[in-house]
Amino acid sequence: MTTKVTVEDVARVAELAHMELTPAETAGMLHDLNAILDYAAQLNELDTTGVVPLAQVSELGDASASVPRPDVVLPSLDRDVVMAQAPETDQAFFKVPKVIER
Amino acid sequence: MSSEAKVAESYVEKPKTLAELGEDIATGRTKATDLAASYFDRIDRVNPRLNVYLSLTKERALAQAASVDAAAAKGDPLGPLAGIPVGIKDVLVMQGAPATAGSKVLQGYRPPYDATSVSRLEAAGAVLLGKINCDEFAMGSSNENSAYGPVRNPVDTERVPGGSSGGSAAAVAANMAVATLGSDTGGSIRQPASFCGVVGVLPTYGRVSRYGLIAYASSLDRVGPFAANVRDAATLLGVIAGFDPKDATSSPAPVPDFAAESDKPAEGLRIGVPAEYFGEGLDPEVRAAIEKGIDQLKAAGCSVKPVSLPHTRYAIPTYYLVATAEASANLARFDGVRYGPRSQDSGTLSDMYRHSRDEGFGAEVKRRIMLGTYALSAGYYDAYYLKAQQVRRLLAEEFLRAFAEVDAIVTPTSPVPAFKLGEKTGDPLAMYLADIYTVTASLAGICGVTVPCGETRAGLPVGMQVLATHLNEATAFRVARAVEAAQN
Repeated sequence: MTTKVTVEDVARVAELAHMELTPAETAGMLHDLNAILDYAAQLNELDTTGVVPLAQVSELGDASASVPRPDVVLPSLDRDVVMAQAPETDQAFFKVPKVIER
Repeated sequence: MSSEAKVAESYVEKPKTLAELGEDIATGRTKATDLAASYFDRIDRVNPRLNVYLSLTKERALAQAASVDAAAAKGDPLGPLAGIPVGIKDVLVMQGAPATAGSKVLQGYRPPYDATSVSRLEAAGAVLLGKINCDEFAMGSSNENSAYGPVRNPVDTERVPGGSSGGSAAAVAANMAVATLGSDTGGSIRQPASFCGVVGVLPTYGRVSRYGLIAYASSLDRVGPFAANVRDAATLLGVIAGFDPKDATSSPAPVPDFAAESDKPAEGLRIGVPAEYFGEGLDPEVRAAIEKGIDQLKAAGCSVKPVSLPHTRYAIPTYYLVATAEASANLARFDGVRYGPRSQDSGTLSDMYRHSRDEGFGAEVKRRIMLGTYALSAGYYDAYYLKAQQVRRLLAEEFLRAFAEVDAIVTPTSPVPAFKLGEKTGDPLAMYLADIYTVTASLAGICGVTVPCGETRAGLPVGMQVLATHLNEATAFRVARAVEAAQN
């Protein structure tokens, strides 16, 4: 966990996150990520062998366990109302720039 | 109070209580429409300085107020919040009203539905004034990360109101609403409430529906109220709490009458004090105020004993790994396809995604998306994300052990009082450390209330955090009431 984040890591992670950082943003990000991850490295002090990861807390309180809903179709928002918020549509679908070059 | 406090520009004004306003409206002494108009007047006067409201929902508010007046005139039964002016943090959606989440990436978006907490407030008679400023996507501890400018603290306008629900706390402190809703992921209700001298509630995870809450970190996000006093905050929670089929994490547990519960004396309750929250980094004046508050609880008949929460020091890294990982997934949906502006400078689909996000997100949001994406990426998942989830279990379990011995745990809400605008913006890690006393309850899913508990010599409010176990908000309210009663 003490691995240093490199400029290449920042570029790779930005690509995964669908972002493109300016050179100034990259420099700042490199500094901040390393500072934060250095701080986070203190978790290594703890032996967590055999500890089951806690992904969500509803299991902890007796009465707060969530209940799956019945698998039935219920009314939903009207398509026209939802599509009206999109930058570009043909009323039935969201329009985006061409995906496949031919 | 020292002379320093008198020099500071203050906008503090205490709203009337729900009981007073309810009586005024039921008897016709005050019309809900006039009350709403007086709040819009006050907002017009002080908002240019405090920057609390991002948009107003006047038409909807006045229509609701008129129907309350009509019901009152006929002698019809009125809801528990009939005519009460309430403000909504701009991460909760209201049909047709702007919903920015403090971000440019949602500029122009008009959601086609109401959040469940919003519709429940309105069904109880509340008059919804508008949408309130916050840190972008609720990511921040000072409200300085809003794309629409920072909110100023009504107690001292050179200081931050806290974050991310800084606007919601400031609105109540400056009487720009009688009560407000906020959201709390790592402290975003409790810390600003303590900075502004108001009451803020972190409900148990699952207690309040998140349907219509713009998600930040879904295993942590909660919706909760702010009010000027504990009883009113308890009333608000009673209105918005309870099962909602539209939120899969919503708890089916019955909802007690929190306001009535808060009336019960705190006498006989067992209070735990964790030494880990009183160590290095705690401002001496904050410590003194909280210790005085603990003495007041003893005087009210509570028994006080030390409890041990040794993993507390690991909570900040645990929180920032879990929260940012979830944020990186939740914020993937903002890509210029379904809502918000689309970058015009895009030849291909992936350019469009990237440019829409680059132009829409602010620096802190980008930082958290990057950190979270890194923590989830191949080769680092086990070392960061999984490790953090394991430590999260240790933190939760030690709370459960402590609550086997005590009914409530009291701590400072924040290690420091409200800091100055710009003081921490250059150092993200220093800003994260401001959350040190609040992220633990977030990770454990337990509930809490922050209540004003004295002030510093400079007149800055200090908040005491009262924590209770899952679904035990009633106990936290009782303890908070005792602290509140001792302040006057």
